[in-house]
Amino acid sequence: MRRLVWRPAELVESVAETAVARTLRFRVPGWPGHLAGQHVDVRLTADDGYTAQRSYSIAAPADGDLVELTVETVPDGEVSPYLNEVMQVGDQVEIRGPVGGWFVWRTESKAPVLLVGGGSGIVPLMAMIRARRLAGSRVPFRLIYSLRDPERRYYAEELRRPDPGLDLTYLYTRSAPDGLSRPAGRIMLDDLAEGGWPASFEPDCYVCGPTAFVESAADLLLALGHAPERIRTERFGPTGG
Amino acid sequence: MTAEHLDGNALAGPLGEIFAVDVTSATGRCASCGLTGPVASLRVYGPDPGLVARCPGCEEVVLRLVRAPGTAWLDLRGTVSLRMNVPD
Repeated sequence: MRRLVWRPAELVESVAETAVARTLRFRVPGWPGHLAGQHVDVRLTADDGYTAQRSYSIAAPADGDLVELTVETVPDGEVSPYLNEVMQVGDQVEIRGPVGGWFVWRTESKAPVLLVGGGSGIVPLMAMIRARRLAGSRVPFRLIYSLRDPERRYYAEELRRPDPGLDLTYLYTRSAPDGLSRPAGRIMLDDLAEGGWPASFEPDCYVCGPTAFVESAADLLLALGHAPERIRTERFGPTGG
Repeated sequence: MTAEHLDGNALAGPLGEIFAVDVTSATGRCASCGLTGPVASLRVYGPDPGLVARCPGCEEVVLRLVRAPGTAWLDLRGTVSLRMNVPD
């Protein structure tokens, strides 16, 4: 067992995912490694000693002392505008973790997986997709990714590339690209029935996103007959920033 | 409850300061209604003035955690038990 400690983290790369979200890669000396789905706490300290901290999901599997986050800028937030707009490569924050052992996918797991992400809830699910690929796992994955419009897509190029055993469905809630038969709208029973697995396959379901999205998606999965103990949820709050 | 809530996953860091094992994947039992489930599934309100975790079944307070300089105050009176995996 190890004690949870704050470690200095140096920004080594910052890449735009969308107009308001960036993927930030930090070098964290002494990083103990992590599982797909875990998160970290990030702490900023001002010159006068005032501190602010937020939790962010890790976006990629363990890679030495590198920790990759994808952060959406929350207007008027205390932490995300600094991370995304002010911080330069070479600057430091503090990171502690990894934390969380519930919303986690392990590469030795054999059950089929359904990932349901709303907005930035894609982040920990992407860590699972990448961990599966890195481990050469043949467990079949299906991802249902709900987002406002195509411009909000994270990891667009990577998710466009073929990844055998990963099926992907995009749901658009405000405006869908031309040519899609599904009109823009919130996630429905049919979306999960068509893009997911039958409950009889006993998939492990991971649902992550804003609270209202998670509650409705989890309720729909229960209505489709998925066992409650196979549905793992993680809510992203409005109190972020 | 009408206020927006997070869930017990958000307790992982704050509880990780106190406990050596991950408490969010522990199975807890609500003192009010007896519902059992992972701590991660609790409804969490906060973080200020403290984190308040409520039962998703009956909405009663299961756990409260207040962090102040140099001290952490954990109120578990709404919890009957916590069952967790520990390495042998």
